[in-house]
Amino acid sequence: MRVEVRDLVLRYGETTALDGITLSLGEHKIYGLLGRNGSGKTSLLSVLAGFRRESEGVVRVDGAPVFEHAPVTSRISLIRDAGETTDIGTVEDALFFAEWLRRDWDGEFADQLLERFALTRKMTVKTMSKGQRSALGVIIGLAGRAPLTMFDESYLGMDAPSRQAFYDVLLADYMARPRTIIMSSHLIEEVSPLFEQVVIIDAGRVVVHEEAQALLSRGTAVTGAAAPVDAFTAGLTVLGSRQLGATKSAMVYGVLDDARRREAAAAGLELGPIAMQDLFVHLTGGPR
Amino acid sequence: MFDDRSPIYRQIADRIKADVLSETLKGDEQVMSTNQYAAFYRINPATAAKAFQQLVDEGVLYKKRGIGMFVSPDARESLRAARRESFFAEVVDPMVAEAKAIGIPLGEVVGRINELGSR
Repeated sequence: MRVEVRDLVLRYGETTALDGITLSLGEHKIYGLLGRNGSGKTSLLSVLAGFRRESEGVVRVDGAPVFEHAPVTSRISLIRDAGETTDIGTVEDALFFAEWLRRDWDGEFADQLLERFALTRKMTVKTMSKGQRSALGVIIGLAGRAPLTMFDESYLGMDAPSRQAFYDVLLADYMARPRTIIMSSHLIEEVSPLFEQVVIIDAGRVVVHEEAQALLSRGTAVTGAAAPVDAFTAGLTVLGSRQLGATKSAMVYGVLDDARRREAAAAGLELGPIAMQDLFVHLTGGPR
Repeated sequence: MFDDRSPIYRQIADRIKADVLSETLKGDEQVMSTNQYAAFYRINPATAAKAFQQLVDEGVLYKKRGIGMFVSPDARESLRAARRESFFAEVVDPMVAEAKAIGIPLGEVVGRINELGSR
């Protein structure tokens, strides 16, 4: 599904959670939604899912409004973190409601996933571990096959093998049945290879919206003796730097063309890539 | 599997080129699909597709509509030619620089090369 958001503002009383978001998401892509705690990720996803009504601005999914608009919301799925299904009785009950709500539900796929994540329909949700509840959420999100599927930190409490199984199933099913998927996660290095595009939000605003690989190619670590590093990076956007004795490493944001790369090599500087997580940290203002 | 600090598609491209050079992938042989690569490396299929497009642009692979991607018959030879061109700058020059930095006389280096060459 296509998502169009223009000048979206969301307020909770005095607090402004979303402060003028404009965003256009295409069909059949996997998006990473990154942001610090309190940046507005969950607020944005809640509006896109129709859980909350926008205070101002325009929100359209496939051209239609979302809030209290069942023909659209039945094709949108937002899986939040592990606490979500706690009050429901058994896994069977959770799946019953998911099937009832989701137009594109695939029960056979749900059963395969239950087996893969070692859950049974008889389990009582309240007595399940946090990781098991997250797995149940992931199963509901995947088997729902909603044309717009969103996972908001749905991995919480899942151990590394379960998260890997989640990523494998997500990719395989996405390739078999392309749909628009938005994933928010703090495990940036772990999930970023899955993304086609990345949206970074900070303080309720969009800071970056770019192809994931293009974003990565914009970051370069320039390392060498301090004076030539400073000379080379003068006039460039320097996100941050670290120094060890006479050696300095500066993180530069912006594409370096071949001429600049040769210039760096001639000055004895080393150029290296920057991890998505480091770019994220610096683009959202560093530690607070 | 990947150094996660560099663009993945470049690394996929490098790996396919290495397979072509070593003849693990032969001329006119079909390569795995983008989706198979994506699943294997746990990456977005668009990223894998970019790597393949780069290889098509470079003439290493060619597309057969509706079937898939194949190794160009002359891919190995042109990769070898390109590697030969950069061999001195990328392999020999750094070796000589290293030898000088750590004080190995170049005569010893040449002696070793002759020794290996006559084996």
